[in-house]
Amino acid sequence: MASGVTRPGAEPARERASTSAVRFSHVSRAFGDVQAVDDVSLDIDDGEFFSLLGPSGSGKTTCLRLIAGFDHPTSGTIELHGVEVSGVPPYERDVNTVFQDYALFPHMTVGENIAYGLMIKRVPGAEREVRGREMLELVRLPGMADRRPAQLSGGQRQRVALARALINRPRVLLLDEPLGALDLKLRQQMQVELKAIQRAVGITFIYVTHDQEEALTMSDRLAVMNSGRIEQVGTPADVYEHPATGFVAGFVGVSNLVSGETARALTGLPATFTIRPEKILIREPGASVTDGMCWADGRVRDVVYLGAHTRYWVELDAGGELVITQQNVESTSMDVLAARDRRVRLVWHRLHNRPVETTG
Amino acid sequence: MAARAPTARASFGLKAATVAVLLFLHLPLTVIILFAFTTEDAAFRFPPPGLTVNWFGVAWQRADIWAALSLSLRVAALTALAALVLGTLAAAAVHRSRFFGRETVSFLVILPIALPGIITGIALRSAISLLGIPFSVWTIVIGHATFCVVVVYNNVLARFRRTAYSQVEASMDLGASPFQTFRYIVLPSIATALLAGGMLAFALSFDEIIVTTFTAGQQETLPIWIFNQLTKPRQRPVTNIAALFVIAGTFIPILLAHRMTQGTVEAGRAGR
Amino acid sequence: MSTAAASPTRRLSIYLYRRPALALTLLLAPPLLWLGVVYLGSLFALLLQSFFTLDSFTGQVVRKLTLANYRDLFVAANIDIIVRTASMAAAVTVAAAVVAFPISYYMARYATPRGRALLYLGVLLPLWSSYLVRVYSWKLILAREGVLNWTLVQMRLDGVLNWLLSLPVIGGPSLSVSRLGMFVVFLYVWLPYMILPIEAALERVPESLLEASADLGARPRETFRRVVLPLAFPGVVAGSLFTFSLTLGDFVVPYALGNSALFIGQAVLAFQGTAANVPLAAAFTVVPMVIMAFYLTIARRTGAFEAL
Repeated sequence: MASGVTRPGAEPARERASTSAVRFSHVSRAFGDVQAVDDVSLDIDDGEFFSLLGPSGSGKTTCLRLIAGFDHPTSGTIELHGVEVSGVPPYERDVNTVFQDYALFPHMTVGENIAYGLMIKRVPGAEREVRGREMLELVRLPGMADRRPAQLSGGQRQRVALARALINRPRVLLLDEPLGALDLKLRQQMQVELKAIQRAVGITFIYVTHDQEEALTMSDRLAVMNSGRIEQVGTPADVYEHPATGFVAGFVGVSNLVSGETARALTGLPATFTIRPEKILIREPGASVTDGMCWADGRVRDVVYLGAHTRYWVELDAGGELVITQQNVESTSMDVLAARDRRVRLVWHRLHNRPVETTG
Repeated sequence: MAARAPTARASFGLKAATVAVLLFLHLPLTVIILFAFTTEDAAFRFPPPGLTVNWFGVAWQRADIWAALSLSLRVAALTALAALVLGTLAAAAVHRSRFFGRETVSFLVILPIALPGIITGIALRSAISLLGIPFSVWTIVIGHATFCVVVVYNNVLARFRRTAYSQVEASMDLGASPFQTFRYIVLPSIATALLAGGMLAFALSFDEIIVTTFTAGQQETLPIWIFNQLTKPRQRPVTNIAALFVIAGTFIPILLAHRMTQGTVEAGRAGR
Repeated sequence: MSTAAASPTRRLSIYLYRRPALALTLLLAPPLLWLGVVYLGSLFALLLQSFFTLDSFTGQVVRKLTLANYRDLFVAANIDIIVRTASMAAAVTVAAAVVAFPISYYMARYATPRGRALLYLGVLLPLWSSYLVRVYSWKLILAREGVLNWTLVQMRLDGVLNWLLSLPVIGGPSLSVSRLGMFVVFLYVWLPYMILPIEAALERVPESLLEASADLGARPRETFRRVVLPLAFPGVVAGSLFTFSLTLGDFVVPYALGNSALFIGQAVLAFQGTAANVPLAAAFTVVPMVIMAFYLTIARRTGAFEAL
């Protein structure tokens, strides 16, 4: 596994054994002056759980709609399993979508909703019923076939939308922020279920979200997008441990971005780098520093107690500030809050400094 | 300003004025109903000398009334159909696409009903005679449909705007072509809007007199028949009975259309 | 990709998917053809006709552009028609505004939400019943021995009625054949069109404004004059657009309750019908259009369009 600097947009070199399910080649989509998608090239493999992660307006939903066929790229090509699809309408593509607002048909029952795709393909009624029941079992909503969408809760509607899409056995499933409307506990439960379903069914899932924790939890690989461009593609570990740009470092998890004079003071070079808060240790002032470690002295400006861990903001003597996260293994809230205004020495492995492109 | 409880009581004068206006608006129609039963031929003497239902029998015999009624019904039905098709097409086009001249379509659709009837009437009449088309049911329908498109257009467009477009995309995503999507998804969601618009178009057409005078040639719709009777004092009660038909033919469809769009109207007003 | 054999509609859909402009054109073509070509075209043809003349010998339309018809409009008899119609329209508009105001005010400020909905329905109901029949009903009511006469006799006011009928211009042999009668009927049929916009405008006046005015020392009458009326004015103007325009173009009421003194609508009908003088009739229709165009531009400045 390659480490170190990775150029934005490029993936680390790896074995490409599986076939490509979705391939973007220099795809752009402009709306007037706005570039919603800017020269995106991407390869998504068959059977993987792939996430598009980014803030609102980053172009991730547009990419999804381009795959589904609801929108055309202004330039570039999109291939589905090796076939170019620019003139192919959504109803001819072997792709199904779970919409953000679920888009269940209000005038049909749950069963009719789920079996809609089969009904269109003229699958006979008996078979539709059997497969419909299978799907309801899969999404853990047995016996709900005769209910109407209006009678269901948000989480139940979400599962019906999933079943409706999966029943057609598409080769690629697109999910547009499907868990956004659910509360935290339900969302975490659904994340686990979705991942399990994906493994069971074995098809490619392309998942759009702005929640980086969600993307890290569920994905085999993910792409971080910003303003229509891809900042980085890689596995969750890749992206977290080796962020390619400052944006990725800041968006995926919390990070410290160190540049300019502070960087020079800490590392001897003015090159910009990021360092994860949990990698920094807090020691007493004057603590010894072994070879291969960076260190900096400073004063604790603020402390926030977060239950399982604590976050510290430390003003550095050398200028600038660092954020540190520590697990509350032995300390209590009383202890940690008393740290305010104390002088400390911060120590961490030099290897954890990740250089980034300054434009990030 | 949302609904709020009245802060003060209205003065007696204000309430009296309100009641007076309401009576002013509603009493005249009751007169028509009353004089359908008078025994007197000239039918305006008040109090009526006597009451009878004979006139219904007389009206039943009148072939010209039947002809006029049937023409009116046919025209209204055809108009509603034409307005439904044209209005839905226009609403679909305006709702889905951003194209140059979008507001122009809305303006164009509303123009026939906004301009005074005589203008629409005479314009169509000169166009019809210019093109050498003989006056018939179809010329009447052409005239009516032109200003009835707007009621369907407005109803359907409003309904389109209230329906999430993601449903249409979901349907296509699941394999349905636009035609199938229209049949299974769009049509059910605009069904009541179509019905309401169609009924309003029917009512507008059934009652129409001004444009029809120009586009009908020799034919008589029921309103034209009544119009021709206006200055004839004979057998007035029969005219009243014909008038009752016209009232029914306009009132009932509009009432039904109102009921159908009721939920949305109330919600809209409550939200003000 | 689906492997099912594609039906013809499906193949058409796929074809149109690649050509969105064509799909839009197909969708818009029928209504646009109808309204754009048929309707606009005939309007334009009408306007064009107003610049042609009718050769009184041959009875044929002479297709030479001329302003002869418009000059004819200034002939005394025709000017009479225009003035007659316009003054009726103005009188009806003013009266409608006055009569509509109390009920609009009550609906907007004093009615409970349920009461307001009922009143709304009450004002709309007459509109739902045939316009022609409503005019016809007044013919019965206004007749010499009709309901109104009987009521006035009971109230011993028949002398007033006779006096009114003896007046020149607005009087006549009977209310049902007089300018006065026409005025009442016009007022009756267009009244709902005035009530609704005024009610809407009044409803939009926040209670807080009235309270502020009272707080600053104004008595109810002053608040009404200085706060309510100006804010309700756009609604009045919006309503007047309807009453004015509808009266200008109408021929049914003048026909039913008028005499030989023609109104614009009757003139148009007469000229294009018996006289077959479509060019002159066309010129006549331009008159209400021009008047309304002026009216609309003035009305827009008062903000009436938002009150619609």
